[in-house]
Amino acid sequence: MKPASFDFLCPDTLEEALAALADGGGDARVIAGGQSLVPMLNMRLARPSLLVDIMRLEALRRIETSGDEIIVGAGVRQAELEAWTDLSRDLPLLAAAFPWLGHVQTRARGTVCGSIAHADPSAELPLSLVTLGGAVSLRSRKQKRRVEADDFFIGMMATDLAEGEMIEAVHFPKARPGCGYAFREVGRRHGDFAIVASAAIADEKGLRLGIAGVDDRPRVFPLPALDNDQFDDAINDIAWSLNARDDIHASARYRRELVRSLGRETLKEASRCRA
Amino acid sequence: MPRLNAARKHTIDFTLNGKAVSAEAENRMLLSDLLRHEIGLTGTHVGCEHGVCGACTVQIDGKPARACLTLAQQVRGSDVRTVEALAPDPAVLSPLQAAFRRHHGLQCGFCTPGILMSLDALLREQPDAGREDIREHLSGHLCRCTGYATIVEAALAAAEEQRKEETPNA
Repeated sequence: MKPASFDFLCPDTLEEALAALADGGGDARVIAGGQSLVPMLNMRLARPSLLVDIMRLEALRRIETSGDEIIVGAGVRQAELEAWTDLSRDLPLLAAAFPWLGHVQTRARGTVCGSIAHADPSAELPLSLVTLGGAVSLRSRKQKRRVEADDFFIGMMATDLAEGEMIEAVHFPKARPGCGYAFREVGRRHGDFAIVASAAIADEKGLRLGIAGVDDRPRVFPLPALDNDQFDDAINDIAWSLNARDDIHASARYRRELVRSLGRETLKEASRCRA
Repeated sequence: MPRLNAARKHTIDFTLNGKAVSAEAENRMLLSDLLRHEIGLTGTHVGCEHGVCGACTVQIDGKPARACLTLAQQVRGSDVRTVEALAPDPAVLSPLQAAFRRHHGLQCGFCTPGILMSLDALLREQPDAGREDIREHLSGHLCRCTGYATIVEAALAAAEEQRKEETPNA
C-alpha cells in the first residue's frame, strides 16, 4: 500500500504546469487535494511517471460568479466551497449534497474539480454537476475548451479529458428563484460512497432526476409532473433503463428499488421547496 | 520550483507541532510514513492506508486530514499537528485526553490518536459542538472496541469543561 515512484513538480505558473503535462504524455497526472488520487496511488491502480501539484497556482483557487454560473477553480477545496457564504442561495443542490460527500477530514483537503476528474460513478459532485446541467473547462498547452457535464463523463472513472489536458474549473448553473432542489443517498456508512444517490430539481418546465451509483456514470432524466398518472411508471422505467448490476455492495434489484424510493423522495422534496 | 526526481530524496520544510522541521523524503512517501519513519513520531497510527479508517488523522493548517492520503511533498510550508502536540507535558494529559480516560473512550487505543485530532480541531472551531456535531466528525473514524458511545460522552465532557474554563464566571 505504498505508491510506486514518480517525479514531482510544483509549478509556479499555469503555463509551466501545462507544459509539464504536455511533455509527460499520458503518464503525467495532476494532483490537487489528493483525496481520490492518493488512494489510487497507494493501491497502485495509478502509476504516473510525474505528478504536477497545482495547489500553489493562486489563479485556480477562486470561486467566481459570472452571469448565471458559479465557476469553481481547480484548486478550490471541497470544504472551501462548503463554507462559501453564498452556497445555500446560489447552489442549494450542493448545499444539500455536501453533508453526504466523504467526511470532514477528506473535504478539508479534497478539491471540487478533483472529484469531477476522478469520475467515480457513485460520487456526489459529478452527480450534482450533471443534474444541474453544468460544464467543465479544460485547458492544455494548445487549447481551451468547454465540455457539457453530460458529455464529460463517459464511463466508469472515465472522462473526456485528453492527454496533456487538465480541468481548469467547473461551471455550476446558479439557482433560479422558484426552483426546488433536493439530494439524498443510501450508503453502508455515513460518508462512504453511495450505493445509490439521487438529486432532483423542480422548475417551471418540470422535473429533473439525477441518479448516481447505478450506471457507469451519473445519469439525468426529465420527468412528468408528480401528480401525473404516468409518474410511477416513468420512474420505474428509469430504474430499469439504468443498467444496474450486482456487486458486493448491493444487488441490482436493490439498486432499482433505491432508484424508485430515493427518486420519489427527492422529487417530492424538490417540488415542495419550489412551492 | 524544479522538477523533483523520483529516484532521490528531497528536503521538505514544514512546521510540526509548533517547531520548524526539515525532513528528507522520496516523492512517493506518504505523510504518515514521514512522521513515523523519518521523524520518529509514532503516535500517528496507520490502519487502512486508503482513507477509510481515520487512524492516521492529523491536523494540516488547523484542519483534520488523513496523513495516509497526503504525500509528504504536499505539506511543504504547512503547519502539521500530531497527537504528540496535545499533552502539555509528558506527565499531563490534555483535557480531551483526560476525558477519554475518565469516560473509557478507548480500549485498544489504535484509533484514538486520529479521533483525538479530529475532535481537538472540532472543539477549537466549534466550542459549542453538541452530540450531533461530534457524531458527524466521528463518522470519519472506525473504532472496533468501544461502540463509540463512550467516545461521544468523553468529547461532550471535554467540550463542557472547555466552555467552563473559557467563561469562569458564567
